[in-house]
Amino acid sequence: MSTTTAAAPAAQAPVPAGTQKITFAKAINLGLRRALADDDKTLLMGEDIGKLGGVFRVTDGLQAEFGAKRVVDTPLAESGIVGTAIGLALRGYRPVCEIQFDGFVFPAFDQITTQLSKMHYRSRGRLTLPVVIRVPYGGGIGAIEHHSESPEALFAHTAGLRVVTPSSPAQAYAMIQEAVASPDPVMFFEPKGRYWEKGDVDLDAPAGNGLDGARIVRAGTDVTLVAYGPTVQTALKSAETAAAEGTSIEVIDLRALSPLDTATVAASVQRTGRCVVVHEAPVLYGTGAEVAARITEECFYHLQAPVLRVGGFHVPYPVAKIEHDYLPSVDRVLDAVDRSLAF
Amino acid sequence: MSTNATADATGVDTPDGIQNAQAPTQPAGPLSTEGLVQLLTPGGERVHDERYDGLVAHLDADALRAMYRDMVLVRRFDNEATSLQRQGELALFAQSLGQEAAQIGSAYALSPLDHVFPSYREHGVAHVRGLELTDLLRLFRGVDHGGWDPADHGFHLYTLVIGSHTLHATGYAMGIQRDGAVGTGDPTRDAAVVTYFGDGATAQGDVSEALTFAAVNEAPIVFFCQNNQWAISESTTHQARVPIANRAPGVGIPAVRVDGNDVLATYAVTQEALQRAHSGGGPSFIEAFTYRMGAHTTSDDPSRYRSSEQEEYWRQRDPIDRLRLHLESIGELPADFVEKLDAEGEALGEHVRTTVRGMGRPSPASMFEHVYATPHSVVESERAWFQGYESSFLEHGHHGEGSHR
Repeated sequence: MSTTTAAAPAAQAPVPAGTQKITFAKAINLGLRRALADDDKTLLMGEDIGKLGGVFRVTDGLQAEFGAKRVVDTPLAESGIVGTAIGLALRGYRPVCEIQFDGFVFPAFDQITTQLSKMHYRSRGRLTLPVVIRVPYGGGIGAIEHHSESPEALFAHTAGLRVVTPSSPAQAYAMIQEAVASPDPVMFFEPKGRYWEKGDVDLDAPAGNGLDGARIVRAGTDVTLVAYGPTVQTALKSAETAAAEGTSIEVIDLRALSPLDTATVAASVQRTGRCVVVHEAPVLYGTGAEVAARITEECFYHLQAPVLRVGGFHVPYPVAKIEHDYLPSVDRVLDAVDRSLAF
Repeated sequence: MSTNATADATGVDTPDGIQNAQAPTQPAGPLSTEGLVQLLTPGGERVHDERYDGLVAHLDADALRAMYRDMVLVRRFDNEATSLQRQGELALFAQSLGQEAAQIGSAYALSPLDHVFPSYREHGVAHVRGLELTDLLRLFRGVDHGGWDPADHGFHLYTLVIGSHTLHATGYAMGIQRDGAVGTGDPTRDAAVVTYFGDGATAQGDVSEALTFAAVNEAPIVFFCQNNQWAISESTTHQARVPIANRAPGVGIPAVRVDGNDVLATYAVTQEALQRAHSGGGPSFIEAFTYRMGAHTTSDDPSRYRSSEQEEYWRQRDPIDRLRLHLESIGELPADFVEKLDAEGEALGEHVRTTVRGMGRPSPASMFEHVYATPHSVVESERAWFQGYESSFLEHGHHGEGSHR
């Protein structure tokens, strides 16, 4: 980059403060901005993230503010993005890579699973790779193929990676900063279908809640509904509808898939006796299967019904015109809740 | 030819048994020996080269003897490790046999601030960088996935996924740029990266992406390809239709082909490429044309896919013999030096045997260490379960690591 004629960083705009109602995308943008401002070793790398601000505008304005050496438009090569990010991390930088869409993470799959995830282990802790890989994921946006997938379980299955996914603007703002600060590589899955939903975010809040740990987002007594990322809103709507019918659903947002916080789920299921897991990814070998196995093991004598899963089918992500028949809807979630209660 | 090297006096003829038949109108194939930079003939005769003579002028007899010593010791290490594998002391070993000139020559050109990203048979480079050679065997013994601290000698861990590390090397070079440690003209500040890979690796997408990222960033990196003519059983002709070095100019990286069995020539071309990198001139590509004299690894059987005539042809072009003949011809290989080196070799062999046999078995619970830099609840709970399971044997009066049955 020594000869890159990057525009001089613009004078910094006033930093937003206080609690504001902002979109999910803006929350990540402001979290990244704070990470860039806090540590000049932090870099953003990806395709079209500079002048364009990313295809979802998540990095909007950041190259103008921090310069082209820190907000880097890379060649169109995902393995190259992650592979060079590993090298930069070895040199002491903290790269945050943007993969443009879920379906395009696979050219980088080798670098992520054979290199990024294992370097700390192979070096017996001598090397750390503080690399964040942001992946917009999930469907419901009417896109063409490879733009709506949910590959998170593939990464959660790989030791050495932390896999997290926020479900609200406030979570996104805090968690992206936590991810950048983490000494471990982090797969940061962003529910792209929620990018334009707004929520209150305290922009002065210190990021200190960590990346791990599920949280109860709605208390209930009859059924535990486990969700993460894009399906947390679906779960909350389901709980609201069920409440009108007299069923009390407790909703848990997993937040992290690696490590998976089974304790919070198990404590809830021990109260409710019933558990339904909902995600967009196919249920076969998915997060729901893992939750079901662990809950069965830990809560066997509390369970009033088998743990049920609501999610994608064992088919490639379908065409947009029928994607809403594939995605878990409030109706399908409530159908599973009814089956659980009827068992 | 993409090479910018002088093309005279290669002194290397086309070996029998190597596919190199090219109609005169066809471009040169990947095993062409045309235009290789060469400063020593296989007979040890010094060939003059206007472009490169200046880069080796400071190498006096002491320096050449030091190179010779390192080549001999690394070969001794190589043979010792191979024997240890045959005795069951190593799970596997990948020899550098025959590639000593490519490795020692290029490694001598490095400055202490430079960083090396090797593949997995760069034992000669490791040795010159100052690594304890036996540390390389921890991986092959199965007691470590790494074995050394890359920070100690600027020599990163071996990488088994072919070509992956060329991207790490490129990213590291991009970091050097951002640190302002390039083009300052201060030899105590300017740094660069050399990444080693083979002819087979050039077919990998990652190497192609590394060349692209290095080129567009003008990163301070040298791509050092040891074309040893074999990717396990596949000849270089399975990886390319033209010389491997031709790939680099297509992305704007200057390339040179060098006789990889000529330690002076590999030193000279690496020195030139590093000067370019240190001064901010960007990446370079070196193809060192050499020969894998041994098997791919101790699990391989080259007799199934290549002729003994070909192996004999290259035995006649042994890189160590070449430097020995040169030193002898200029009267700079005294008998006492050779005797002392023999004794050193014996001592190294003994050291390697003793050290390898003394490498302890890691504790089973060590598998849970360093999976993450910060605690991970799943790993912690599995570790706790495993430790309880292990200790249950002790409670029943048995020793650990056994079985209940």
